[in-house]
Amino acid sequence: MIDLEHIHRNFQVGDQTVRALDDVNLHIEAGEYVSIMGPSGSGKSTLLNLLGLLDRPSSGIYRLNGEDVTSLSDTQQARVRNREIGFVFQMFHLVPRLSAEENVELPLILAGIPPEQRRPRVAAVLEGLHLSNRRHHKPEQLSGGQRQRVAIARATVTNPKVLLADEPTGNLDHKSGQDVIRILEDLNHRGITLIMVTHDQEMGQRARRQLHMLDGRLLNGQRNDDA
Amino acid sequence: MPSQRTRAGDVLRFTWGALRGYPTRTLLMLIAMAIGVAAVVVLTSLGEGARRYVSNEFASLGTNLIIVIPGRSETSGLNPTTLMGETPRPLTLRDAMALQRSFHVRRMSPVTVGQAEVSWKSKSREVVIMGTNNELLAIRHWQMAQGRFLPKGELERATPVAVIGKKIRNELFGASRALGQWIRIGDRRFRVIGVMGSEGRSIGVDVQDTILIPVASAMQLFNTPSLFRILVEAKSRSAIEPAKKFALKTLQERHQGIRDVTVITQDAVLSTFDRVLGALTYAVGGIAAISLAVAGILIMNVMLVAVSQRTSEIGLLKALGATPHEIVRLFLAEAMLLSLLGSLLGLLLGQLGSLVVRHSFPEFPAYAPLWATLAAVIVALLTGLVFSLMPARQASRLDAVMALQKR
Repeated sequence: MIDLEHIHRNFQVGDQTVRALDDVNLHIEAGEYVSIMGPSGSGKSTLLNLLGLLDRPSSGIYRLNGEDVTSLSDTQQARVRNREIGFVFQMFHLVPRLSAEENVELPLILAGIPPEQRRPRVAAVLEGLHLSNRRHHKPEQLSGGQRQRVAIARATVTNPKVLLADEPTGNLDHKSGQDVIRILEDLNHRGITLIMVTHDQEMGQRARRQLHMLDGRLLNGQRNDDA
Repeated sequence: MPSQRTRAGDVLRFTWGALRGYPTRTLLMLIAMAIGVAAVVVLTSLGEGARRYVSNEFASLGTNLIIVIPGRSETSGLNPTTLMGETPRPLTLRDAMALQRSFHVRRMSPVTVGQAEVSWKSKSREVVIMGTNNELLAIRHWQMAQGRFLPKGELERATPVAVIGKKIRNELFGASRALGQWIRIGDRRFRVIGVMGSEGRSIGVDVQDTILIPVASAMQLFNTPSLFRILVEAKSRSAIEPAKKFALKTLQERHQGIRDVTVITQDAVLSTFDRVLGALTYAVGGIAAISLAVAGILIMNVMLVAVSQRTSEIGLLKALGATPHEIVRLFLAEAMLLSLLGSLLGLLLGQLGSLVVRHSFPEFPAYAPLWATLAAVIVALLTGLVFSLMPARQASRLDAVMALQKR
């Protein structure tokens, strides 16, 4: 499903070149549950952004479903992102002026789906996350856990194949964090490929496959059971 | 694969939400735009009002009119006549009569003007006296309120009759009957035979505040051999030029070949004023349009602020799969919606403004011309579009990763 070959990502800071990703090779099958761990600055977020097509590698090839997506234009990448990939962020990134329902609706709006088709999908995904009675609330009227659930609803309303979560519990208390993790794992059980960045060991170790990064290098790009 | 493109209705809804999400910013921009558009509407309506006002004043002089004035305005430089303010050769009643002898002339009316003390019983006041003939009524399209106008007949006969303006009637006679009364003008007595009904004002003369007497009587009263003006009405528009040539030629012949009169046509004067005031309207419209450009720059500034204010929102939209083109569309739509609402508000304000002007000065027809109204809205929309292009493109080029890191 996901294939990274010799991926490099360099940043220019002043006259120094920072190797955020240094020859990363990674293969992820559909339906896997992967955690990426490592200290801050190790390149795990850069890797996640790259997987989510928010960033382009300096060199190397990224294949998504066998298609080389590194050579796609910004517009084509945006469309792939809309259809195939869901994001869950540490900061939730809900639009404050929109209700929970409207936030969830956004990716469908951007996909150009007509309102009468959007409504049942939004309602269904909110129902699945027990947010139906909160659907008219603005983000500021929701608890942290509820906000992250709305964000998950938004990430999954388009039925993406890959869900990318960047520290999804980082801004939550322990109990809400546990709820969110269970929801994400539940989605994974139903077939979605879940890739989660965390520096929380406890969270990371729940994943069937754990990747460790240090200084832009992937320490164990191979599968657990191969090791 | 469905054609992925945000539906227009959704763009509008999202944009409207964004505008409502930042009410202060939205209100400021609306006001800036509205002031620009309102300025164009009000200023052009003033210019247009001035043009129409002058046109109306000239039209009330009469139609197809040629005006003969003693003295030659083309003569430049100093000569004794310009210093004395009097022509060496007066424009006489016989000159006036000579002008009637043309196929192109329908009516002719000599005019002489002066001021005299007018009294009836114990009341008296200074009044503008106009000496003229019967034809003036038709030339000026005036109406009688009571009685009849000056009698037809010999121009040189000084009949002691007077037609008085409404205001003078009220002031001198009050509730008494004016017709048939003898009034004293200067050292002569005149019998009132009519009261002017016209509300009409024409440049310089308020009919209601004037007394009209036969031209010969006026010339005796003021002891002058010269007329103030001769008004000639041509038979048609196309007869104006031949009639003008005829008048010039006739008077030159009668004055021993010296061209000492000025003949102006109402058309020429009118079209000059029309041109000048039309240009004025364009000019003030243009100046007002500058305020629209200023509003445009404000829009750019505010949109740039909006882009940086909503950086994380833009990053999010990108993460959710908005193409760069979609981002541009959203921001342009926002600016256009603002410009549209602003210019509608401006039109409303502008119309209100010109309504106030019309209300305060009823004789001043301050209506904004259609071209100015349309141009104001179009310029407003265009400035909105042009000045938001740059911020919109900037938004579309934002690096999603960086944008998402911002709170």
